[in-house]
Amino acid sequence: MDPKKLRYAKTHEWASLEGDLCTVGISQFAVDQLTDIVYIELPEIGDHTFIGDAFGEIESVKAVSDLYAPVNGEVVEINEKLLEDPTKVTKDPYAKGWMAKIKVEPGTTLDHLMTQEQYEKQIAAEGH
Amino acid sequence: MPHRTPLYDWHVAHGARMVDFAGWDMPVQYTGIVEEHQAVRTAVGIFDISHMGRLWLPGPNALPLVQKIYTNNAATLKEGQVRYGLICNEPGGILDDVLVYGWKDGMGMVVNASNREKIVRWIGKHQGAQPAPLMDTTHDSCMIAVQGPNAVACCQGLTSAAIDTLPYYFATHTIYRGKNCAVSRTGYTGEDGYEFIVSADQGAQLWEELAGRGARACGLGARDTLRLEAAMPLYGHELNEDIDPFQAGLAWAVKMNKGDFIGREALARGQEDPARPIRVGLELEGKRIAREGAAVLREGKPIGRVSSGTFAPTVGKAIAMAYVPKQSATPGTAVEVDVRGKPAPAHVVTLPFYQRKNR
Repeated sequence: MDPKKLRYAKTHEWASLEGDLCTVGISQFAVDQLTDIVYIELPEIGDHTFIGDAFGEIESVKAVSDLYAPVNGEVVEINEKLLEDPTKVTKDPYAKGWMAKIKVEPGTTLDHLMTQEQYEKQIAAEGH
Repeated sequence: MPHRTPLYDWHVAHGARMVDFAGWDMPVQYTGIVEEHQAVRTAVGIFDISHMGRLWLPGPNALPLVQKIYTNNAATLKEGQVRYGLICNEPGGILDDVLVYGWKDGMGMVVNASNREKIVRWIGKHQGAQPAPLMDTTHDSCMIAVQGPNAVACCQGLTSAAIDTLPYYFATHTIYRGKNCAVSRTGYTGEDGYEFIVSADQGAQLWEELAGRGARACGLGARDTLRLEAAMPLYGHELNEDIDPFQAGLAWAVKMNKGDFIGREALARGQEDPARPIRVGLELEGKRIAREGAAVLREGKPIGRVSSGTFAPTVGKAIAMAYVPKQSATPGTAVEVDVRGKPAPAHVVTLPFYQRKNR
């Protein structure tokens, strides 16, 4: 995934839409904030997701963070490799670290999410 | 406004993530907790522990005062010897866990940052007819821990006195770059190493010299994972005013026969009570971390609480310390920890989780 072409949520998830399939992961910034990731909990195939609701968890040594769904839809695929090796997210958050694929309703867009430029402004503004 | 140690600027300049800990701006991590933890277990790491309270009680009246408030025996300390003990209140609850240093001309005490003011007031309250002067030297000094299998080699020639032969739990006064410093063979990581106390204006220089010799800067995050693996208690988690030393598994730091001390009577009475929960170690089967406050269940019923928990980088598992009733404290006992609403299977293990070889 090319980070420049992705859309971003305030809560640091990224999303990419191709047809009716939305792939989701977390940003490099989120990975840097978390550092030592020890555990990831992903949704189950068939779970419905709702924008802004938690659909998974990511646990680092210091704290646990919820993963928030950036779109409404149904989970059709999850990256099981992350369950065995959460460090795949640390190493490659935009490609091998993808987390879930969500099937969305026709006509769904990612307009409610930020562009990379807007996202980078947000994290800069947060004083990081 | 939180206090800053003499090393604050260095921490910030080197990208440390800072946090307010007990009213001090302290580094939690630089590059990552796991990396810093491994550096201490395999090489050598340095910790800024200047936030800890350093008290000095000069003169002959210090010993009886310390004996009165401290559970261990300060009267048998040899020159330079350091001893761990508790300070308890009248009901036997723990006010702090401390290190006492026996010197020819008085007694030193290192206390938790969060309890410094409380202990200073407590000492003041219990001064006898012949009071001992009490100096809080915290702000005038800098304290640095050097920990790891390479700590001794790293500190070669640093001070005028050779410290490689300093025995475990002994301290010495020596000179660092022309000024007095105290070094003890102590630590909070389960590894070999030292804790240096230098004057505040020398702190940055000592720190940079150690870093230049290859010591890795480590923050409070790694300090916590290291001490947890070594099963060392942390005040506010395993120890507080509602827990007595026997529950905490610290009977070895209580010398009931050394003479009277505050809390002694209550401790003598309480020792037999099997209902009081005791500290155990837990190993979780999965990777989810059990954190402080999580309920411990046995056959679905809550029996206790987690006092500290983390993912242990050296042990490679999620571990925790918890307080449970005696009948659930046998190693091997199967329990569950309520991790954010879901039960995580675990079992009781003997402590410590990690122990270094060749002690």
